[in-house]
Amino acid sequence: MEENIIEIEHLKKSFGSNSILADMNLKVKKGENLVVLGKSGTGKSVLIKCIVRLLEADDGNIRVFNKDVMSLEEDELNEVRRKIGFLFQSAALYDSLTVRENLEFPLRVNKKMSKEDRNKLVEEALNNVGLIEAIDKMPSELSGGMKKRIGLARTLILKPEIMLYDEPTTGLDPITSREISRLILSVQKTYNTSSIIITHDIECAKITANRVIVVSKGEAMAEGTFEEMTKSENKEIRAYFE
Amino acid sequence: MNKINSNEAVINEDNTLVKRFFITISKVTTFVFHFFKELFIPPYEVNELIKQSYRVGNKSLLLIGATGFIMGLVLTIQSRPALADFGAQSWLPAMVSISIFREIGPMITALLCAGKVGSSIGSELASMKVTEQLDAMEVSGINPFKYVVVTRIVATTLMLPLLVVFADLISLYGSYVGVNLKDNVSMQLFIVQVFEKLQFSDIFPAFIKSLFFGFVIGVISCYTGYTAESGTEGVGKAANSAVVYSSFMIFLIDMVAVQLTSMFT
Repeated sequence: MEENIIEIEHLKKSFGSNSILADMNLKVKKGENLVVLGKSGTGKSVLIKCIVRLLEADDGNIRVFNKDVMSLEEDELNEVRRKIGFLFQSAALYDSLTVRENLEFPLRVNKKMSKEDRNKLVEEALNNVGLIEAIDKMPSELSGGMKKRIGLARTLILKPEIMLYDEPTTGLDPITSREISRLILSVQKTYNTSSIIITHDIECAKITANRVIVVSKGEAMAEGTFEEMTKSENKEIRAYFE
Repeated sequence: MNKINSNEAVINEDNTLVKRFFITISKVTTFVFHFFKELFIPPYEVNELIKQSYRVGNKSLLLIGATGFIMGLVLTIQSRPALADFGAQSWLPAMVSISIFREIGPMITALLCAGKVGSSIGSELASMKVTEQLDAMEVSGINPFKYVVVTRIVATTLMLPLLVVFADLISLYGSYVGVNLKDNVSMQLFIVQVFEKLQFSDIFPAFIKSLFFGFVIGVISCYTGYTAESGTEGVGKAANSAVVYSSFMIFLIDMVAVQLTSMFT
């Protein structure tokens, strides 16, 4: 039986009187890419932010690497976070730092690492996203697609076991979107990561998904492979794939 | 009936304003406690502190230098006729230096820093918040409060007194130039006249006051930026609030400082 690396049970999250996650349940197996599809405002981004505790869930259970994330102390939580890569919708590069400094930033927790080892890791991560030539550029000099790649390289530098992608192809042209989707697939193979990919982009889902979950009204409405979803008898689900 | 309803609306609105005021005060207080907690717990972000101190000092140096020079010059030129009426021109350096060291130097420097450094910190942090850069730090296991907020508050607290000293000295030079527009006074004599009347009790409270000015600029700017709401509107609002509230607090601290100083001297 395959090991579940993320397990979410009965997760609830509200903002004031607005319930975003009503009763979310999902499991991610080791090495799989799980795509979460759903309309805007259905709580997809809230879900992955709750996993790394950028947002505190109101109720339910979140287990990552078999640890109850919601009850972890700060130090233990940071240990878990370092094994999780999070690619933000805006890439979230640090404006005042060069690409090299952006990539070195997560390595600062390991004070003993030599400069040579840091350089090697930075170059390796940039090579993996095909942007070694941008090493000394500032984020403002990069295009949207390049920013996403650099953002991905920054998360990969700590060699994460889990990747969380928040709308990785939003705002990109179809060609760049396809490149990013293939990059996600390549990351899964190279780093043997398990991923949750939040997206509206059906082509991205088609390229990257081992399994798809459709979210509606804060709950997982349907689950299956991409092909199974396209053949669903439920009109609402099929509407996403048409 | 309508009048009663509109009066109730005004009272409710007042209640909401009062409530919001106290909520903000409590949040800022919590923010300050959080700062002191993080300040003493390792790891210490020394490199970032040096970088921020350099930015705070370097960013304001030219503006403060130019303003300080003009301040000293203008104050001297304006004060001369009044002293000349009593034949007391020789008191001009002492009078101007006491005004500069006690009040004008720290106040003008603090207000300029609130405008230049405060708005910059407020907008920078707000921008980092809305573009999820602070979240990115947090998920990579780095404490954004310690890295971003603590370093900036310490930098403004340490750098403001140094900038005040710089502004004071440049103002004195401006005053020396002002004195020499009509008289012929050597630099040596000018310095003797300045320090003849200047006492420790003129300099020390001003130095302590400027530490508080720096702290307040740091706290308010970081608070407005760190708690900014989403969107570009939030960035502008944070920069604006940083300047307005810092300036107001500078005047408030100055008033308290003057009262305390006059009690002990």
